[in-house]
Amino acid sequence: MALRKAIMNYTVRKFDAVIVGAGGAGLRAAIQLSEAGYKTAVLTKVFPTRSHTVAAQGGVAASLGNSEEDHWHWHMYDTVKGSDWLGDQDAIEFMCRKANEVVVELEHYGMPFDRLDNGKIYQRPFGGHMSNFGEKPVRRSCAAADRTGHAMLHAMYQRNVKVNTQFFVEWQALDLVRDAEGDVMGVTAMDMETGEIVVFHAKATIFATGGAGRIYYSSTNAFINTGDGVGMAARAGIPLEDMEFWQFHPTGVAGAGVLITEGVRGEGGILRNSAGERFMERYAPNAKDLASRDVVSRAMTTEINEGRGCGPNEDFVLLDITHLPPETIMKRLPGIHEIGIQFAGVDCLKEPLPVVPTCHYQMGGIPTNYSGQVVVPRGGNHSEPVLGFYAAGECACASVHGANRLGTNSLLDLLVFGKSAGETAVNDLKNSVKAHKPLAQDAIDRSLARVDRLNHQKDGADVHETRLAMQRTMQKHAGVFRFKDMLAEGVKRIDEIAGQVAQTQIKDKSKVFNTARIEALELDNLIEVAKATIVSANARTESRGAHVRDDATDTPETPDGRDDRNWLKHTLWYREGNRLDYKPVQMKPMSVDTIELKKRAY
Amino acid sequence: MDEVRKARINRLKWHCRRALLELDLVFDRFWERYEDSLDAQGEAALESLLELEDHDLWALVSGREATDDSQLAAMIERLREVSPLANFE
Ligand SMILES: Cc1cc2nc3c(=O)[nH]c(=O)nc-3n(C[C@H](O)[C@H](O)[C@H](O)COP(=O)(O)OP(=O)(O)OC[C@H]3O[C@@H](n4cnc5c(N)ncnc54)[C@H](O)[C@@H]3O)c2cc1C
Repeated sequence: MALRKAIMNYTVRKFDAVIVGAGGAGLRAAIQLSEAGYKTAVLTKVFPTRSHTVAAQGGVAASLGNSEEDHWHWHMYDTVKGSDWLGDQDAIEFMCRKANEVVVELEHYGMPFDRLDNGKIYQRPFGGHMSNFGEKPVRRSCAAADRTGHAMLHAMYQRNVKVNTQFFVEWQALDLVRDAEGDVMGVTAMDMETGEIVVFHAKATIFATGGAGRIYYSSTNAFINTGDGVGMAARAGIPLEDMEFWQFHPTGVAGAGVLITEGVRGEGGILRNSAGERFMERYAPNAKDLASRDVVSRAMTTEINEGRGCGPNEDFVLLDITHLPPETIMKRLPGIHEIGIQFAGVDCLKEPLPVVPTCHYQMGGIPTNYSGQVVVPRGGNHSEPVLGFYAAGECACASVHGANRLGTNSLLDLLVFGKSAGETAVNDLKNSVKAHKPLAQDAIDRSLARVDRLNHQKDGADVHETRLAMQRTMQKHAGVFRFKDMLAEGVKRIDEIAGQVAQTQIKDKSKVFNTARIEALELDNLIEVAKATIVSANARTESRGAHVRDDATDTPETPDGRDDRNWLKHTLWYREGNRLDYKPVQMKPMSVDTIELKKRAY
Repeated sequence: MDEVRKARINRLKWHCRRALLELDLVFDRFWERYEDSLDAQGEAALESLLELEDHDLWALVSGREATDDSQLAAMIERLREVSPLANFE
């Protein structure tokens, strides 16, 4: 490979484990490894407590039963139902059973949860969480005011500092180092401050890089969410699972994307159409405004499509909390007031807020089992672990969220599967992986060549414009409602844009914090996610959870367009040749009976 | 732009990548408007603000909280001026 000299230089650093990502999942995994005494490096693009987990306000789900009776089995039922039966029931049981343990652990790390007068953790209701197998809403979400995610990162960061985790802050991981046998032995990464490239050689590599919500034009996600881990995995030949499933949060501020937490509806907020009608009563008579996110998003979109939207263009609905006592709003939901004022020009104590469904969460990702091992089809088995490779958090697909995630289940996912990935890595280091496997030189060369190409590209495409074209295309062709012809056209369009991404050009060639280069490298990852999403969505001809197609008809065999006979299976997208494969959904839980297929109604 | 200033600005720009979309939106517009004219005093004020936790920074930018420091207050004013609301119809 003809590499120019300037980037031929790289150094190698050895660790027992390298973790990419210092959000909730990465920090939780790191605690496990460092506590066990393993030399652990955590790489992160931004300071750990500036990871996107900070944005999580609503809380973390656990059936502690502090405010009323609750049970992990009910939580499991809600999660399976929420997932529209695409979630793996073994992983879901695992997560719901572990919830109390990881939340209490977090409390011991110093997490300042809101409390009841009796000192126990205060719990509030949240969409889709019900008692007694779907009977009525239950208070299951544990929060720390409106700073749950932030408090969580702080507590876990402090814990990591105590146990000597080594942080590499403002480092951008570039590519996975995977050899011909398919085993993983680390990552290549760039120090943003100097432009220096280092190979992190490790016995265990854990991805916890978060989601890729920025593939859409309208998103609640911060700019940092570019799906780097998912892109890196795809380039290294790992298939991506269920990427057609993206959750649109019902309440993004119209025009800005900024999220209004579901906690607002948990505290009594009501959605209204242009006639002032509480329309959710028609769509979900029991759960109403607290129905599962996709149900609410779909209902809102239907209201807008049928001409009952608000505003001059009739393109949003209203979230009304004017009937709540101002003290409740200011105490339980303090951030909401400012967001209304800043991004909508509305004082929510007096007037309702304009909201629209907005891209929020990536249900699919790097396929893993509930032990946090990355799994791929091999030798006739559809879920063989990849040696040395683990993943957790939003970049991974365990799969507990299936076709639709319940609010507050993501923070739980970070804790449970972050811990579990760390634990499995510790066991592997103890029992089987004693030495570093030699580095695969060709994988390193390919990674260097990618940077080299970018540094020397002439007459190429503009990064900003290309990204915008991708985001607009995804929004238009693979949004809340999906249409057959639009999807097919979108596949072609994204393919063309991928061609431009392969030829992006940067004018700034400087070394120190070259944001143009960082963003170009991020775009290489975003485009893999966009391709996986639209190709997988185009192929899945049913409606399920967050994937809703206009041409999937509602019949007795296919209620609401869900076609279990043909589509009760996970998608696997391979980058090479844009190929699709499928694997069965794990319907058998660990200990309890299967939660049988049923039409999903709230 | 000379190399030294560019490196400083680039570093500041990266530090404007935050965990909250609210702040990303504000900073995006800020740089569009002030990249060329930001002076040393402005750079210093911005740097101090960027040290803050995201929620604290947002509390200042959204006007929920205030600062006594006049340099910081001036920078907050600029950030509030470019706030997306100004473009909201
Ligand atoms: C506005 C908002 C509110 C939410 N509220 C809730 C809620 O109340 N409850 C809930 O359960 N869920 C909520 N979610 C979802 C939840 O916050 C996320 O799914 C979760 O925080 C993701 O955590 P993570 O650890 O997987 O990734 P992140 O927290 O996104 O962290 C990713 C980490 O990876 C690093 N990284 C990425 N790429 C690279 C690279 N190339 N090199 C080095 N480092 C890299 C980043 O620096 C960062 O440290 C919310 C999401 C949003 C957008």
